[in-house]
Amino acid sequence: MKPRQQRMLAVGLAALGIAIAAGLTLRAFQDNMNLFVEVSDVVAGNHPTERNFRIGGLVVGGSMQREEGSLLVSFEVTDTACTLPVQYTGVLPDLFREGQGIVAHGRLDDGGVFVADKILAKHDENYMAPEVADSLSKHQQDIQDAAVKGAVECGSSAS
Amino acid sequence: MLPEIGQFSLILALSLAICQAVIPLVGAHRGNAAMMGVARTAATGQFLFVAVAFGCLTYAFLSDDFSVLYVANHSQLALPTLYKVSAVWGAHEGSLLLWIFLLAAWTLAVATFSSGLPVAFSARVIGVLGLLSIGFLLFAILTSNPFDRLVPAAVDGGDLNPLLQDPGLAIHPPLLYIGYVGFSVAFAFAIAAMISGDLDRTWAKWTRPWTTAAWLFLTLGIALGSWWAYYELGWGGWWFWDAVENASFMPWLIGTALIHSLAVTEKRGLFKSWTLLLAITAFSLSLLGTFLVRSGIIVSVHAFATDPTRGSFILSFLAIVVIGALVLYAWRAPSLDSEAGFGLLSRETFLLLNNVLLVVATALVLIGTLSPLVIEMATGGKISIGPPWFNVAFLVPTIPLVILLGMGMHTAWRTQKADTWWRLLRIPAIVALVLGVLIPLFVYGRVSILLVVGCAAAAWIVISSLIQPLRSLWREKGAAGITRSALGMCVAHFGMGLFVLGVTVVSAFGVESDRALQPGDSIEVAGYEFHMIGLENVQGPNFNAIEAEIEIREGEKFIATIRPQKRQYMVQKSPMTEAGIRAGLDKDLFVSLGDQLGNNTWSVRVQYKPLIRLIWLGAIFMALGGLIAISDRRYRSGKKVRETAPDTASDAAEATA
Repeated sequence: MKPRQQRMLAVGLAALGIAIAAGLTLRAFQDNMNLFVEVSDVVAGNHPTERNFRIGGLVVGGSMQREEGSLLVSFEVTDTACTLPVQYTGVLPDLFREGQGIVAHGRLDDGGVFVADKILAKHDENYMAPEVADSLSKHQQDIQDAAVKGAVECGSSAS
Repeated sequence: MLPEIGQFSLILALSLAICQAVIPLVGAHRGNAAMMGVARTAATGQFLFVAVAFGCLTYAFLSDDFSVLYVANHSQLALPTLYKVSAVWGAHEGSLLLWIFLLAAWTLAVATFSSGLPVAFSARVIGVLGLLSIGFLLFAILTSNPFDRLVPAAVDGGDLNPLLQDPGLAIHPPLLYIGYVGFSVAFAFAIAAMISGDLDRTWAKWTRPWTTAAWLFLTLGIALGSWWAYYELGWGGWWFWDAVENASFMPWLIGTALIHSLAVTEKRGLFKSWTLLLAITAFSLSLLGTFLVRSGIIVSVHAFATDPTRGSFILSFLAIVVIGALVLYAWRAPSLDSEAGFGLLSRETFLLLNNVLLVVATALVLIGTLSPLVIEMATGGKISIGPPWFNVAFLVPTIPLVILLGMGMHTAWRTQKADTWWRLLRIPAIVALVLGVLIPLFVYGRVSILLVVGCAAAAWIVISSLIQPLRSLWREKGAAGITRSALGMCVAHFGMGLFVLGVTVVSAFGVESDRALQPGDSIEVAGYEFHMIGLENVQGPNFNAIEAEIEIREGEKFIATIRPQKRQYMVQKSPMTEAGIRAGLDKDLFVSLGDQLGNNTWSVRVQYKPLIRLIWLGAIFMALGGLIAISDRRYRSGKKVRETAPDTASDAAEATA
């Protein structure tokens, strides 16, 4: 092959490879993007119904309950404005405890319970996933505003 | 006192780095031998002062000097000595100092072993390395001084993150950094070649051993990180497609492409500008990795504490390096024309495909890692890309890659006759296909298309990498035999085959089960019986733990007793899961303690991981292959590659073929 043809071959193959990869990437992205939804939005009903999504917030103190003899655990997660019941079957991460910020991946069942298939609590005690930190600080701001203007109930502050 | 000496040393190192960068580059431009001679001296001096700074910080850790802020935050009196040393690079400031130290060490190595190179060229290489050194030293001194004092001094330190208190993790960052930083040498060679406008096959010969060395350390570093995540994070996965893992994996992929492209440039004088671009990209991706880890913009278990000034500094540095290098490239690359050609069926074609596929693989990882950031900036939506996407997307370029690998090894340069090629490869191909069906069916009892593809590809690579070494061993006794380069290639590819087999089998047949277990009880997972004998409290140097004693049996046969722990570290108050693992070449049996469910009952995660050891064993073979290739004798002769070497002579005739 002449250098020109070589280059054309190289460019052609690269373009083909990248086009295939880009096509597959976009297609697969649709199914694998895990949207983060704030607890308040889930409570207000603004969440995907057809697929899994992630929620995050603090585990409500005293809300954790275990089923005798099984790995089923239920607890509540709050973004300080609203709370959502969560169920999970399996081994919880090391840093999971009440009051700790967590991220859960799963979907909402018909009874309004978030059934998680994965729970993440980060390894640094003081570390909080940026999504959770954003969500909490936003609602804390709402609560402070509410103290001035009057009571805000769960749901009314959901954006 | 010593911490101040450390800090002064860093500043002196910065001054020397400026001399090391400016004087040799100007000297090379003017052809002034005295100025070029400064390169080696300045590099040695810079290394000494950086070593002093590094020594001072290490001493501060060993002597528990809690008047140094960094030490107070990351060490503790009761910390075992090994971890006091590894705590030096356990967080941002110290790991940056390690980076600088390794950059100085690579520079010194280049300065020492570059006596065979033209003076102007080695002066330019060392000068460019000096420029990089300036950037990192400024970064350390301006934003991340490890010697900052804490007044008044703390009585005791805040302890090292318990996750990092592990022998594997003590050496994981240094190995990884040697690899990362090592790509700066390939980068410097590329920049030097572009400045001088002189890039020939000799240049590729000089660059190859350095690139391979960096690559082999990166391979070991990543494998060690994967192994550590497997047993220390406690949950038995070996790769999580975490943003920071990806950040180390991208330079590895591009580095692998670079090694192969350099082979073509050395043997045939082709792909010159492509090779340069890969050298620039490999180092840029190393920098991007640093940026991702240290800016805190990405959610990851690895992320260091967030600090916007650090993020913007690295981002600016990255921009300067990348834009500078690309501008130089745009200016110089068009003049690097190669005259040679090659046939459609030739090693060049296979290496070209290798490069295309590796670049596509890198692009996929890059897209998956950065798209959450881009989407958040564009739409405000917060998304994450899960491992399932990576697992599927990554197979698209890698399946053809591993199949082509076995063919490419046995294809001649320039042009290969199709019939001899087919005669050589048909039997291995059939054997590999048969094994691809037999291994999953008879050993593990199940087949699927993906399993056959994976096992056949693994067998295919293993067999084709054995052909050449075995032939030279048995048939051609007394003959010249196989060169170290070719042997290195075969060993590394053999490792790749083991790796593919391990990944295929463990993904398909690994079993994972969460159960409740109490002393006296047994559970069965994957045909093995796990019997909990008892629980007891044990005391470590800086932690308390609950240890379970679990006996594993297969039918009546006793296999092993393992002791998983749940540790509570005293200073940082964080719990840690220390898995109990019965390791074996054929399978790992793995138990980790979850939480206490009440009384003496614990939730446990039990795992059966067949052939998972092959993943890391494969990586060790890859690195070993790199080491063998570097030891090839031709890299030690300073001679230029003859431009009229036999394979270029008949190019004109070949080009028409």
